[in-house]
Amino acid sequence: MAGMTLERKLAILSDAAKYDASCASSGTEKRDSRTGGIGSTEGAGICHAYTPDGRCVSLLKILMTNFCIFDCAYCVNRVSSNVERARFSVEEVVSLTLEFYRRNYIEGLFLSSGIIRSPDATMADMVRIAKTLRVEHGFKGYIHLKTIPDASAELLDEAGLYADRLSINIELPQDESIRELAPEKRPETIRTAMGRVHLTREASRDRSHKGTRPAKFAPAGQSTQMIVGADRANDAAILSTASRLYTGYGLKRVYYSAFSPIPDASSVLPLVKPPLMREHRLYQADWLMRFYGFEVDEIAGVAPSGNLDLDMDPKLAWALANRADFPLDVNRASREMLLRVPGFGTKTVNRILGARRHAVLRYDDLARLGAVMKKARAFVSVPGWSPKGLIDSADLRARFAPPAEQLQLI
Amino acid sequence: MPVVVLPDTGWREAWRDAARRLAAADVPPDEVAWDGVAGLFAPEPLPPAQPLTVPRAFVDLADTVLCHRDPERFALLYRLLHRLRHERGIMGNPADPLMARLEALAKSVRRDSHKMRAFVRFRELPGTDDAPRRRFAAWFEPEHFIVARNAPFFARRFADMDWTILTPDERADFIKGELSVGPGAPKPDLPEDASEALWTTYFTNIFNPARIKLDAMRSEMPVKYWKNMPETQAIPAMLADAERRVIQMRSAAATVAPARAAQISERYRSAMPKAPDRIDTLEQAGEAARHCTRCHLHCDATQTVWGEGPADARLMIVGEQPGDHEDLQGRPFVGPAGEILAEAMGKAGLAREEVWLTNAVKHFKFKPQMTARGGKRRLHQNPDRAEIDICKWWLDLEQRFIQPKLTLALGGTAAYALTGRKEGITRRRGKVEETEGGPVMLSWHPSYILRVPDVGAANEARAQLVEDLRLAARFVA
Repeated sequence: MAGMTLERKLAILSDAAKYDASCASSGTEKRDSRTGGIGSTEGAGICHAYTPDGRCVSLLKILMTNFCIFDCAYCVNRVSSNVERARFSVEEVVSLTLEFYRRNYIEGLFLSSGIIRSPDATMADMVRIAKTLRVEHGFKGYIHLKTIPDASAELLDEAGLYADRLSINIELPQDESIRELAPEKRPETIRTAMGRVHLTREASRDRSHKGTRPAKFAPAGQSTQMIVGADRANDAAILSTASRLYTGYGLKRVYYSAFSPIPDASSVLPLVKPPLMREHRLYQADWLMRFYGFEVDEIAGVAPSGNLDLDMDPKLAWALANRADFPLDVNRASREMLLRVPGFGTKTVNRILGARRHAVLRYDDLARLGAVMKKARAFVSVPGWSPKGLIDSADLRARFAPPAEQLQLI
Repeated sequence: MPVVVLPDTGWREAWRDAARRLAAADVPPDEVAWDGVAGLFAPEPLPPAQPLTVPRAFVDLADTVLCHRDPERFALLYRLLHRLRHERGIMGNPADPLMARLEALAKSVRRDSHKMRAFVRFRELPGTDDAPRRRFAAWFEPEHFIVARNAPFFARRFADMDWTILTPDERADFIKGELSVGPGAPKPDLPEDASEALWTTYFTNIFNPARIKLDAMRSEMPVKYWKNMPETQAIPAMLADAERRVIQMRSAAATVAPARAAQISERYRSAMPKAPDRIDTLEQAGEAARHCTRCHLHCDATQTVWGEGPADARLMIVGEQPGDHEDLQGRPFVGPAGEILAEAMGKAGLAREEVWLTNAVKHFKFKPQMTARGGKRRLHQNPDRAEIDICKWWLDLEQRFIQPKLTLALGGTAAYALTGRKEGITRRRGKVEETEGGPVMLSWHPSYILRVPDVGAANEARAQLVEDLRLAARFVA
């Protein structure tokens, strides 16, 4: 590796980092550099670019090294892979972060790493990078550290002092799959580490007479990622694992990552086309759980297979299976029920609640308030509009589902 | 008809001044020409300035909409200002067509501002001997007049460097900590910056060729901004190469692992903690329990919560199952129920350190609950008989190794686990029952005291728990 250029290292270690879906830089404390140093965070995240895979580039997302002693079958960096290896020095990561930041390319750093020597040794190097940025350079931008689950509690505690966000990947939705595909990882230590981050974070909040203040430890909270399609778990299992992680450890986000082909793949896992639509439906379902008051069983229980309908969004699928609850009188319905109307988002519902204090809402008003009436019209009634037979018509599903793909002769 | 002529610079202030005068004089919107072109008749002078109060929300909306490029913005905002005199509530009605139109303009300005914060690309300028600060400059072409609005953001962020952002309409300079905003300029020649090549290397390699989503990219990074973003020049080549790379990944046969891989895996795996082969001691039992997969509860809970206390404790106290706190910390009775128990034990003269505390079921059983208002909780669920029976294996081991003189079962689950019968705590409490595992006494579970809605009943149960703990303490003395 001696003599490898910085550019070559960057190519290898960003290529190795792209399988982490998260690039969020939002939701941390407010800071800026008017009193010294460089950088700011103001709540909203900023995506500085988008790659042709549609993903946002907000952070410099790199691995410290892609040398790894673990052998996770789904991972390009596993010990048994022949991928080209590289390793950044602490100074290289610090300098890349600062120079990219000064040119307004990024919001900060998302640092992950393969495990070298031992979990503790790796974690200690990562913490040193974050500490150098914060303490030596007064860096006020965003730092996300991917923590190593088996690292010591002390290192985890120190990481949270410098990082805005900590994440520990659960990797797969079911314990058996983790044990099978990632034999060096232990589901119980992953969960225990998440529990520790959660408890430490809660304890770091100053209690004041006005209520709880933002946490000082990992102020942007923790997140995790699950690979979709590498094991046989159905969507019901994936979503129920997600709901346990959200409620147990106060996670900000669970990321779903469609298993996608990697260079030098393991023979254990077949390389398939990544299930991008399935991933998309899972994100929609995740949103329904977090912001719309849906339970896992309601969303994933629509189909007996426990999988989400790929042809339509999960809220529409739920509404079609629960037509007896509709049409809904938009001028009288509760917030909870309005949130269940396909084509109504949370913002639309808030606007409806505000606007109906001033006037009785009609069909055209709903479109102005941001409702997607192509979907919503079959499920709502307002003066002058009633879906009448639409809600009961047998072909209602067909109106929404895309036409079946023609089979092709080859 | 009043005709307002807005100057090339300072038109925001000029609009505010004119609008304030006109609205205070109640001049109807249809009688004002905001385009600065007088009609057939000679323009009337503006009415005199008078105080005028408007809602805060209007000020914010007007400040935003004034940055829009649409020449109609002045007339639309004045229309709203005039209506506000008679319809105070209109700001809160997003369904009103005028509000909806202005909100759409504001949204476009906010989006453009956000994109400016994202897509401005600085290049470093050569340093000067007298200025120790590093110098940077950027050329940017926004859709609206947003430089003045956005400049403070860049000043807060890039406080330790000098920088200039030039656009066709406006410019912002931040020199030695002083921010100034002025008129725009034509595109300058900025020197090459070596970091752009590294940045493009990053952009090219962070892209996953197996998941092309061009529409998502174009909707979030509209093509109109591309010309000033160096990394976008790499996009055609990235796309052209993507399919070949994916096919290559799929068709490549699995390779032979590096020679040392198996050895490294073997060494790490052999050092991983695992369940002991034999259980001859209390410690081994605890270690084995940490790996328990005898029932399905281990998948959902964080970790096994084994008992704690001295190995030769004379008294063993058994609760139902770990709760939320116990599950996260991996220790029994550390949550709200634990506090009630600790208080009762204190009153009964029992110290936590002299008792073995444990639960009938060693994993937390719960149902996740999330609400539309952001609530995230784990609701406790009672373990069923099968789960209690399976976990009895561990409780038996604890009793066998500790040999307590008495085991105190708190609540129905522990009572069932230790005596085979759940019911009748009211009648059975405070009495010693002989079982295969030794003498057992029953009492209330502290979480029952927390849960029971009637204050009188809660206080009575609390007193009885103290009473039973005293009896237990005397029994083992």
